[in-house]
Amino acid sequence: MSSLTMRPCGDFRTSYKQDNTIFETKTIRWVTIFTIIALCFAPLVVDGYFITLLIQISYLGIAALGLNILVGYTGQISLGHGAFFGFGAFASAWLNTSFNIPVFLCIPLAGFLTMGVGMMFGAPAARIKGLYLAIATLASQFIIEDFFARADWFSGGSSGSMANPVSLFGFDFDTDQSFYYIALFSLVFMFIWGCNLMRSRDGRAFVAVRDHYLSAEIMGVKLNKYRLLSFGISSFYAGIGGALYAHYLGYVSAEGFTIMMSIQFLAMIIIGGLGSIKGTLMGVIFMVFLPEVLGTGVGLMKMTEWGNIPMVVDGLAYIKEMAIGLVIIGFLIFEPEGLAHRWAQIKNYWKFYPFAY
Amino acid sequence: MNFELLIQLIINGLIVGLLYGVIGMCFVLVYKSTQIVNFAQGEFLLIGAWVCWASLIYLELPFFVGFLLSLAFMAGFGVLLQMIVLRPMIGEPIISVIMVTIGLSIFFQALMKWIFGVSPQSYPQVFDTQSINIMGLNVEMAYLMSTVIALIIMVAFYLFFKHSKHGLAMRATAFDQQAAQSLGVSVKHVFAMSWGIAATVSATAGIVIGMVNGVSDSLSIMGIKVFPAVILGGLDSIVGAIVGGIIIGVLENVAEFFDSQYLHIGNMYDIAPFYVLLIILWFKPYGLFGTQDIERI
Repeated sequence: MSSLTMRPCGDFRTSYKQDNTIFETKTIRWVTIFTIIALCFAPLVVDGYFITLLIQISYLGIAALGLNILVGYTGQISLGHGAFFGFGAFASAWLNTSFNIPVFLCIPLAGFLTMGVGMMFGAPAARIKGLYLAIATLASQFIIEDFFARADWFSGGSSGSMANPVSLFGFDFDTDQSFYYIALFSLVFMFIWGCNLMRSRDGRAFVAVRDHYLSAEIMGVKLNKYRLLSFGISSFYAGIGGALYAHYLGYVSAEGFTIMMSIQFLAMIIIGGLGSIKGTLMGVIFMVFLPEVLGTGVGLMKMTEWGNIPMVVDGLAYIKEMAIGLVIIGFLIFEPEGLAHRWAQIKNYWKFYPFAY
Repeated sequence: MNFELLIQLIINGLIVGLLYGVIGMCFVLVYKSTQIVNFAQGEFLLIGAWVCWASLIYLELPFFVGFLLSLAFMAGFGVLLQMIVLRPMIGEPIISVIMVTIGLSIFFQALMKWIFGVSPQSYPQVFDTQSINIMGLNVEMAYLMSTVIALIIMVAFYLFFKHSKHGLAMRATAFDQQAAQSLGVSVKHVFAMSWGIAATVSATAGIVIGMVNGVSDSLSIMGIKVFPAVILGGLDSIVGAIVGGIIIGVLENVAEFFDSQYLHIGNMYDIAPFYVLLIILWFKPYGLFGTQDIERI
């Protein structure tokens, strides 16, 4: 996705290699590296609750990036991402308990299993597109959800299944603080991989399929191959995210992976910006903090004279749901290109200050 | 094989299928005239049913007054929704349009739960008799009424589109927006009208279903169940929606029958239509009556 950010003065590129770096400028590279190093020290500084939010951002972020590769970069619509996320969670727990495979191997294996399932359900994408594809993936959401409730051998049926904590060289990552490092490492790894994918031939093919699939086909991009591959990669990401979620919570039950979860993933990438890797992370952070902020807001209201309105205090769960709906609508009407676009505009404004008009 | 049960279930399927057909028709109407896939269709049923319920219980109006009042409310609601939320979305990519209607669906579902609670409520008694006997089969009075209402709606749709000026304008817009516009059809009005009609007719279906099963947020599931029906018929064919609705209605009941008698898998009633949906998309991507897209560069 072309970025709107202006390059600093004197930063000329003379080769394709220079034009194709992961980070646009040196500053961005150093800021990113320092942010990651700072995040490594987070458990020492912030309290435990904040760490749980960061872990949540990590596993949701990985899955959301997968969806953004599918929807934002390849232009295919999926309403079944939540089900794939759930499949990854169950698959990892199942592989671990049934075959005694160590957990740190189960997570990538669960990713590959989910990839297979995703490609199976993405197969209609070879023939259909747009609205019809959206509805086909909606069907796959319900079918997979039904499978979770029914397949006792796989998911433990209605009682759910237990997932062991990650352990590596005899060390158990069973506290929030220690699991945080696993989550952070996976997040960084998967995001770098995503960035690199988009710089490769396959990534450019995805974008070509999105922008004008007929032209892409005429230029020799195999449509079916790339549509299916995109489904596979997206489900792989969902599977990894789901597996991390399973081993973090230690328990997976089928109730969580509903259509609402799929919609939340879509909301994340739309709020962050379709076709933007940085935007994906922004959207996930926004969606994780939104309920927290609302909860705090209602908590503050309780202290004022409005606090005794039972409708507001008891209806917090509904208010959160309504807020999700409103945020989706609001972003699509007022900022359809998401937070990433807004961020670029803010950056440009300060770059040209005071001459931006 | 239990033939009596099977026939009873098929009759139920036909009745429910007609209602799917009516909801599907509204769905197709919105899709054809405004190119929007309305994921908030189920919420129209839900809001209509709750408004009617509130007018009967809180305002204590007689049934038909409350019924007409809620239909009028829904017509206004549909038009306003189109004007405020969906008009800015004209020309946006498909994913944005889908997500807006999904956002609306989440919002209104939560709002209805917030206002009216989660427990199902039943309508006051409207008909004297609960069920009547037709040729040895028990048919609930409310179901019979729903069939009559569904048929009336279908005939009304036919007459409206065939013989009225507004119906002609809507067909023209669906056929070629620009040509219709240049001949003096107000596309704005057509868009608003199609949402108004869809909301009103869906609300009717919602009230009818509410009379049988009670009002609760499970009504909004009807909006999702209608997808297999319209895909089977073809997204842009009104006849297809009715045929698809009936087929899906019968099919889910037959699937339920075979499941309860032989297979014992469970939950077939809800899931079978989606398997069918996937299979149809494999073999006939544009449904039974849908127009096939031909693309040129």
